[in-house]
Amino acid sequence: MLDQTEGYVTADGRKIGGVVMEMKNITLRFGGVEAIKDISFDIREGEIRAIIGPNGAGKSSMLNVISGFYIPQQGEVWYKGAPRPPMKPFEVARQGIARTFQNIALFEGMSVLDNVMTGRLTQMQTGLFAQAFWKGKAEAEETENREKAEKVIDFLEIQAIRKTPVARLPYGLKKRVELARALAAEPTILLLDEPMAGMNVEEKEDMSRFILDVNDEFGTTIALIEHDMGVVMDLSDRVVVMDYGKKIGDGTPDEVRSNQDVIDAYLGVSHD
Amino acid sequence: MPEQLVFAMEVFLNGLMAGVMYALVALGFVLIFKASGIFNFAQGVMALFAAMTFVGIQNGQVPFAHLINAIFGTKIHYFGWEVYSVFAILLTVGVMILLAWMVQRFVFRHLVGQEPIILFMATIGLAYFLEGVADLMWGSEIKRLDVCLTDNTCLPQGINLAIDEFTFEIFGYGFFIDNLDITATIIAILLVTLLVVFSQYTKQGRAMRAVADDHQAALSVGVSLNAIWILVWSVAGFVALVAGIMWGAKSGVQFSLSLIALKALPVLMLGGFTSIPGAIIGGLIIGVGEKLFEFAIGPMIGGATENWFAYVLALLFLVFRPQGLFGEKIIERV
Repeated sequence: MLDQTEGYVTADGRKIGGVVMEMKNITLRFGGVEAIKDISFDIREGEIRAIIGPNGAGKSSMLNVISGFYIPQQGEVWYKGAPRPPMKPFEVARQGIARTFQNIALFEGMSVLDNVMTGRLTQMQTGLFAQAFWKGKAEAEETENREKAEKVIDFLEIQAIRKTPVARLPYGLKKRVELARALAAEPTILLLDEPMAGMNVEEKEDMSRFILDVNDEFGTTIALIEHDMGVVMDLSDRVVVMDYGKKIGDGTPDEVRSNQDVIDAYLGVSHD
Repeated sequence: MPEQLVFAMEVFLNGLMAGVMYALVALGFVLIFKASGIFNFAQGVMALFAAMTFVGIQNGQVPFAHLINAIFGTKIHYFGWEVYSVFAILLTVGVMILLAWMVQRFVFRHLVGQEPIILFMATIGLAYFLEGVADLMWGSEIKRLDVCLTDNTCLPQGINLAIDEFTFEIFGYGFFIDNLDITATIIAILLVTLLVVFSQYTKQGRAMRAVADDHQAALSVGVSLNAIWILVWSVAGFVALVAGIMWGAKSGVQFSLSLIALKALPVLMLGGFTSIPGAIIGGLIIGVGEKLFEFAIGPMIGGATENWFAYVLALLFLVFRPQGLFGEKIIERV
C-alpha cells in the first residue's frame, strides 16, 4: 500500500513526493444534475496521475474544478497543504497550475512562438510603465522569457514551425503547441484534458513519449484525463476511475485493472 | 491640362488627410471589437465626451455647474483659472480611464457571455447616457478648441507652430493644404505606431491579443479578462480623446461631433471590423474616394455626392466582400 505521508517509489524507480493537491469530498451540480458526487483523491509531487472513465463520467468536470473553471457546491480543494478559496481560472493559473483543453484552445492568429510566449505571462513581473521607461530591465526579462520558451520548443521538437501561424497547423501539432504553452509556464501541476483524443497511433506514441519526458526531465506533476485505457495504463503511476460522477476505483494501474467495478463500468453492466 | 492635374492632386491629398480623420474614429471601434466582440456604438459619443471634458478642464469650467446652481441657487460657472493643454490632456486621459473602469464594472461585467446583439444594445444605451452626462457636466453650447494647432496663445512668444494653411507652388499654380490636416496625419501616425508597439512588445499588449483571440485560452495562461477589458476600454477612450480633439479643432466641440461615428461605419465595412491596418486604409480609401468622386463625377450629377458616396461604397462591399478588405474571413462550420 501507499505511504500516506512520505510518498512512494514507482516500479521504474522514480521517487514520488508528498501530496501537492487534494480533493476533499467534491460535489458539483449543474441545476439538478450531479456531475460529480462526493469525490476525494490526492495528487502527489512528481507523479503522473490519470483520471479515466466512460463518456459522461465527469472527468472533464473534475479537471475544470481543479483549474477553477467550475466552482464545486461542496467540498474543498487543498493545494500545497492549505484549502484553496474559490478562485477565477486566471488566479489558479497564476498559482502554478497550467492546463490544456480537450478541443484545443490556442491563439489561432498568433505564431507558435507567440503562443508559447503567452505561457510565460504568469512569470513576467515588469509593469507597463517600467516596460516603457526602463528599457533595460524589460529587455532582460523579455530575453530570459524568450530563452525559456525556445527551450520548451526545442524539447517538444517544434522548432521547424516556430514562426507558423497556429491556424495553419494540423491537429496533432496543435495539441503539441498547446502542451508547449502550458509547459512554458513552468507549472507545479500540469493538467492535460484528453491529450491524445483524435490522434493516430503514431501521434499517440509521440505524445506519450513527450508526457513521460516532461515528467522525467522537469519533474512536473501531471494530472491527465484520457479515454484510451491502454495508453493510460502505460503512462500513469496512479489512476482514479470515475463513472456517473462517482469514484469507483483508485490505485495503481494493476490494482485498477483487477477492480470488479471498473471492469463492469467499461464492459457495461446494467446500472439500476 | 496641368492645371487640372494639379487640382486633382490637391483633391487627392486633401482626401488622404480627411481619410486620416475617419481612420482615427474607426480605430477606436476596431480596438474594442477585436478584444471583446462588442460593437461599441458609443465610440462617437466617447469622442464627444472626451473633447468636452478636455475643453472644460482647459477653460476651468466647473463640472455639473448647472445642476449645482439649480439645487443650491448659486451662480458658479468657472473656477477662474486656465489649465495648460498638456495637463488638460493628462487629466482627460484620467477621466477616460475612470470611465472605462465604470463601463466595465457597472455594465459589461454583468453581461459576460451574452449574445452580441445584447452587448450592442447596451452600448446604444451607454451612448445616450454618456451624451446626457456630457450635457449635464459641461453644458450644451458650442465651444472652441485650441491645442496650439490653430493659434499660438498657449506657446511662448516667438515660436510659431500654427499656420492656418500651407500653400506652395507647382507649375505656377497654388497648392493648398490645411495645416490642421497635416498635424492630424502626424498624430495619427504616432498613435498607430504607439498602438502597434504596445500590442506587439509589452506584456499587457500580448495579454490583450490573447484575449482578443480566445477567452478560454487566455484565462488558462493567467490573464484576467476583466483587467484586460478595462485596459481596452481605456485605450479606446484615449483614441476617442485624440479623435475628439482633432475633430473638435476642425469644427468646434458640439453635440453633432458624436455623429462622426456614422462616418466610421463605412470605413469599418471597407477595412474589416477586426483589422487595425484595415481601419487606416479603409479611412484613406473613403477619404480619397469621396473627394475624387465629388471632383470628377459630382458636377455631372448635381454635386453633394460626399454625403452618400461612402455609404454606397460600403453597401457594395457588404454585397461582394462582407468581411471587408482585411477582416477575418467569416467561415461558418456546419
